[in-house]
Amino acid sequence: MNDESIWDWDTAWAVLPDLLQGLVVTVEATVIGMIIASILGLLIALAMRTPTRWVRGPLRFVVDFVRMTPLLVQLVFAWLLLVDIPPLAIGFGVLGVHYATYMSEVYRAGIEAVPPGQWEAATALNLPRGRTWRAIILPQAIKNTLPGLGNYAVSMFKETPFLFAITVVEMYSAAQRFGANTFSYIEPLTMVGLLFLLVSYPTSLLVRRMEIRLA
Amino acid sequence: MSDDLQTLIDSLPDLGGAVLVTLEMTVGGAALAMIVALVLGFGARTRSLWVRGPSRVVIEFFRGTSLVVQIFWLFYVLPQFGFKMEALAVAIVALGLNYGAYGAEVVRGSIASVPTSQWEAATALNLGWAHKVRRVVFPQAWALMLPQLANLLIQLLKGSALAFYITLHDVYWWTDELQRDTRDTFFSFGIGLIIYFVIAYILTWGMNWLEERAKRRLGRGTRPRLRDVLGLKPGVPSEVARVKGGVA
Repeated sequence: MNDESIWDWDTAWAVLPDLLQGLVVTVEATVIGMIIASILGLLIALAMRTPTRWVRGPLRFVVDFVRMTPLLVQLVFAWLLLVDIPPLAIGFGVLGVHYATYMSEVYRAGIEAVPPGQWEAATALNLPRGRTWRAIILPQAIKNTLPGLGNYAVSMFKETPFLFAITVVEMYSAAQRFGANTFSYIEPLTMVGLLFLLVSYPTSLLVRRMEIRLA
Repeated sequence: MSDDLQTLIDSLPDLGGAVLVTLEMTVGGAALAMIVALVLGFGARTRSLWVRGPSRVVIEFFRGTSLVVQIFWLFYVLPQFGFKMEALAVAIVALGLNYGAYGAEVVRGSIASVPTSQWEAATALNLGWAHKVRRVVFPQAWALMLPQLANLLIQLLKGSALAFYITLHDVYWWTDELQRDTRDTFFSFGIGLIIYFVIAYILTWGMNWLEERAKRRLGRGTRPRLRDVLGLKPGVPSEVARVKGGVA
């Protein structure tokens, strides 16, 4: 390679369509993963409030275990174990479960931040338990969790390239494939990095704004 | 199952080296990250735009581009510009820069959370800047940042599993070999995940201990119960923690 043309704009433009296609998969994985994480995270947070130790103890262990082991290894584990399920679906599921363990903490904090007076008022009004949760506690708690949700969405977005390990063609694997075919890695890999920055930085600014507004 | 166990026992000699590689990456990456975090964290607080601007750009750059991209960029692209590093060095540099950028936000936020009166009191005592920071402000900020740094350390450990793809023989590599030998995914990956969990748990204890020590030095410590030391604190996400410490 001659030093004059380390960066080739033609290659950079040639790889862009592939990368944008990958970006669609990346965003898809983030959105679906986040939906799973938000629902499962809430269920975990609610289950953690049961009075019996026999539910909380094991659940606590599972949550800690998932949270403290590498996402990458979990992805490959699930992929090798569940051969019949398409890799993309496994990616959604594992991302969702991994982040659900983080989201459950966000929900827990959100629920605990609801003033005790709200509970007492609901009791005084003789509202049934289900109605108290649905109409009083959760709407307030979920407002508290929105910034956390946004932050984790940004963070999950940046972790979707791990899906390359289970053959999902997201943005990073698209670049990798292009590089393997043309033997030029400089442009694709650099462009992927910049595309990540281009999406994640404005989003995190937006989340920060939301945080300050809701605070 | 007994065959699995036999294969496991046969592969145990490799495990030592694999754990060592993972630990080297984690400790090396964390040390580099701490240096980067301190430099950028203080840099992002200075009044001079010429220092603050670049610090912010570097922080946002490494936070915004994914760790996966960074590690592979350093491994595949950088050599083409003439900088060739060993795989282990690539892993340590990538982990250090990425988590260092996250850590910089923690450092900046924690220092911003130390009450201004502490700075003023130190100025009134005619302490120089370095003296002020080292003796008055940093010890207080350190206690605040430790829980968040503990979370980053665990994330760094988890990120180190990527090193397998740049030819390093770490715990994930060992797990993959075991899977190939036993053809039993559940067994091999189960054990691999447990090893990661144990390492993470030990690191968490260490960080809990450091936190207790930091608090005791400030006279805020209580003798922790065994449960506090052995327990896992719910993780405060690095991204969530950033704004709590004050507005940029």
